[in-house]
Amino acid sequence: MVSDLFPLVVTDAATQRRGKRLVGPVSLTLLGESCVVVIGPNGSGKTTLLRLLHGAARLTEGSIAWACGLDAAREQQSFVFQRPIVLRRSVMENIIYPLRMRGVAKKAALGQGAVWAERVGLQDMLERPATVLSGGEQQKLALARALITEPGVVFLDEPCAALDGRAMREIEEILQDVKASGTKLILATHDMGQARRLADRVVFLLNGRVQETGAAAPFFDGPETEQAAAFLRGDIVE
Amino acid sequence: MAELWSGLAQAFWLIVTADAELVEIALRSLQVTCTALLLACLIALPLAAMLAVRRFRWRRAVIAVLNALMGLPPVVVGLVVYVILSRSGPLGVLGLLFTPTAMIIAQMIIIVPLIASIAHQSLRDLWHDYHDLLISMNVSQSQKMRTLLWDARRALLTAALAGFGRGIGEVGGIMIVGGNIDHATRVLTTAIALETGRGEFALALALGFVLIALTVLVNVCIHWLSQTEREGRW
Repeated sequence: MVSDLFPLVVTDAATQRRGKRLVGPVSLTLLGESCVVVIGPNGSGKTTLLRLLHGAARLTEGSIAWACGLDAAREQQSFVFQRPIVLRRSVMENIIYPLRMRGVAKKAALGQGAVWAERVGLQDMLERPATVLSGGEQQKLALARALITEPGVVFLDEPCAALDGRAMREIEEILQDVKASGTKLILATHDMGQARRLADRVVFLLNGRVQETGAAAPFFDGPETEQAAAFLRGDIVE
Repeated sequence: MAELWSGLAQAFWLIVTADAELVEIALRSLQVTCTALLLACLIALPLAAMLAVRRFRWRRAVIAVLNALMGLPPVVVGLVVYVILSRSGPLGVLGLLFTPTAMIIAQMIIIVPLIASIAHQSLRDLWHDYHDLLISMNVSQSQKMRTLLWDARRALLTAALAGFGRGIGEVGGIMIVGGNIDHATRVLTTAIALETGRGEFALALALGFVLIALTVLVNVCIHWLSQTEREGRW
């Protein structure tokens, strides 16, 4: 893993689709905190912001600058989607897919795949078709697949949105391990409990703009803006 | 009705006795169609994958034309191939007219749009599912295409089998470019046309039943070998 990804400097970044602005302008500097959590109500632009930072959505205004440059940064990133996307292959073939695409020999990839399958608790179902797994198992598979390349930063778009409490706890335990290993997490969620458990820094989005950002503890103890305070209280924020 | 029974009986007898002429034309049918199918798949499947993955200016028009060409009249294809391969045509020097190679070329042209269109439907749906993941992984266009082709292989088999069905049952095009020459370019369908013209309906029916049996047999074998319709498979 390399450490020159950060700081990530976002300057007046915006994206629009069919004339409608989805996010922006957003200005933000991420210094490499272990876990940055993006929160906000539905439609606030959390997913789009993550995609912009990842480079999967087209920037129409502004700039996003990684310390190591965009191309090098793309090589060190992974993305976990809200609805896990699994290939029509076995669990093991799914997990090792990114390695195979990077030209890693099959034997070596299988070795690493076995390690990651065990880390996420899928070691007993390696030959099963991935599509028959439960939602929680598919999300664990997606995590293992995202982490097998040992990325510097992992984007997670509401990874526990459709999961029950037990599956959510298992996913969070994996994420805590990943954090401890030095991989940076940028996670979007509207689950305030999860945000409190994982966040080192919070970015509060509203209507596609950053309303407030700062260290997690002060933010949750006493947000500066009225909208953030209302959101944390559970009020409807528009 | 009597001719139907007679045809069935003759078909049974031809198969049981392994009639030499029947075996020869059945094998030629298989050889021509399987070769055309293989070549058509080599063109059609990458084309379908490219149309699913890549975005370019005339993409929609290409897809529309490809779909329209599924109904390409075999007789017209045969005629065009005939003109191209005839002695005065641009490829006349190759001397391919009235050979199995000419029949393969005609069949290939007929089935490429069919396989490409059916394959494109499957690959487009799969690309819809995979799009975000493969974009996020930053894989190359050729890796995307190969991933789609591999993961949709069983659906693509259906496309190939549709191409096989169209090819093995084709008569108009290969009659023109092959000439239905005995021991050279005669296949099951052209033999059926010949016997019907002669008024030998029972023999024509017998050959027809053999053709149907052959088609069913090939389909069943391929499904069995590729392990489709089994639990947990795609």
